[in-house]
Amino acid sequence: MYDAGKIIAGIIIFLCLITFPVWYNVVAGKAAYIPELKIVTEEKQCVESTEYMRANHMQLLDDWRKTVVRQDIREYTASDGKKYDMSLSRTCLKCHVNKADFCDKCHNYVEVTPTCFDCHVVPEEIKS
Amino acid sequence: MKTDRRGFLKIGGIGILGFAAKPLCDVLLRGDLVEASTKADVLAGKKLAMIVDMNKCKEGCRDCIDACHSVHNVPDIGNPKDEVKWIWTELYEKTFPEQEQEFITRGKKPVVVLCNHCDNPPCVRVCPTKATFKRKDGIVMMDYHRCIGCRFCMAACPYGSRSLNWKDPRPFIKKINPEFPTRTRGVVEKCNFCEERLAKGLIPACVEACKEKALLFGNLKDSDTEVGNVLHSGHTIRRKPELGTGPQIYYIV
Repeated sequence: MYDAGKIIAGIIIFLCLITFPVWYNVVAGKAAYIPELKIVTEEKQCVESTEYMRANHMQLLDDWRKTVVRQDIREYTASDGKKYDMSLSRTCLKCHVNKADFCDKCHNYVEVTPTCFDCHVVPEEIKS
Repeated sequence: MKTDRRGFLKIGGIGILGFAAKPLCDVLLRGDLVEASTKADVLAGKKLAMIVDMNKCKEGCRDCIDACHSVHNVPDIGNPKDEVKWIWTELYEKTFPEQEQEFITRGKKPVVVLCNHCDNPPCVRVCPTKATFKRKDGIVMMDYHRCIGCRFCMAACPYGSRSLNWKDPRPFIKKINPEFPTRTRGVVEKCNFCEERLAKGLIPACVEACKEKALLFGNLKDSDTEVGNVLHSGHTIRRKPELGTGPQIYYIV
């Protein structure tokens, strides 16, 4: 191989640069950072269990929107029998008033941009 | 045991029926399906309509328009090209172009117009995403989540009842009503007959706001309602009925 030294050195420099974000975060101690969500409500439980909501809130909200808009059914019966108004602004955001510290924290972390709040109103934002 | 052909077919038939038992039980035991079907029955028992009495309507009054637009977060863009409207007034001769009376139009005041919630809505037929659909109770409704802003419905609607949000409407809404979502850029919108208020047992905002009682709203399938009585007792006209859309807004002019 001609110029083996230069090529190998080049490859090493290239790998260092391309993995920069990874080892930079390791060195800076930010590698294992987990977003901390603020829960600001007195309520003990969401409409379903925390694990279920964490995994399936998007599916649940999707189902809510379909049943409300398409079938005009507005009441959700949770698995524990409690009934809730199927509304993002009125039910979800009643407890999770802090959208920026709750929804956005996680969505930013995993780089998803749901468009819910392009239309749906955050009552707290209106007040301020 | 000896089985003849006839007996074999009988047993086979019963056996095949057995396969249907489980799906049948599943369907019958599903509570949400029962709920959905009863709700659909409730809606199917209605045929919502409105009567606009132009004899009572006061020229220059904007009560119904302002009430509707503030309840539904309709932006006031202030530019007729980008205008978004759910209920508005139209010149008499433009509202009823087929009423070809030569002299009648001069003294006629502008007519209150809104989505006609047609029996045979052309907007529903052309919508490629089924964002616009017709509910069993007659409301032609929009699922804004599904609207892609193609504007086929705007081209199809012979009444001009639909508006596209050319720009983000939020900066143009004076006071946002937190009870109702706004729309976003690239979404078509129109009157929804206040379905969100009907769900709470209220009447449409425009009807409630009209002090002259020029707007009447009701269910035509109920016997002895005010709308029904007015429709049966007097002469009403509809906008462009010759197009076969079956508009459900009736006018006394």
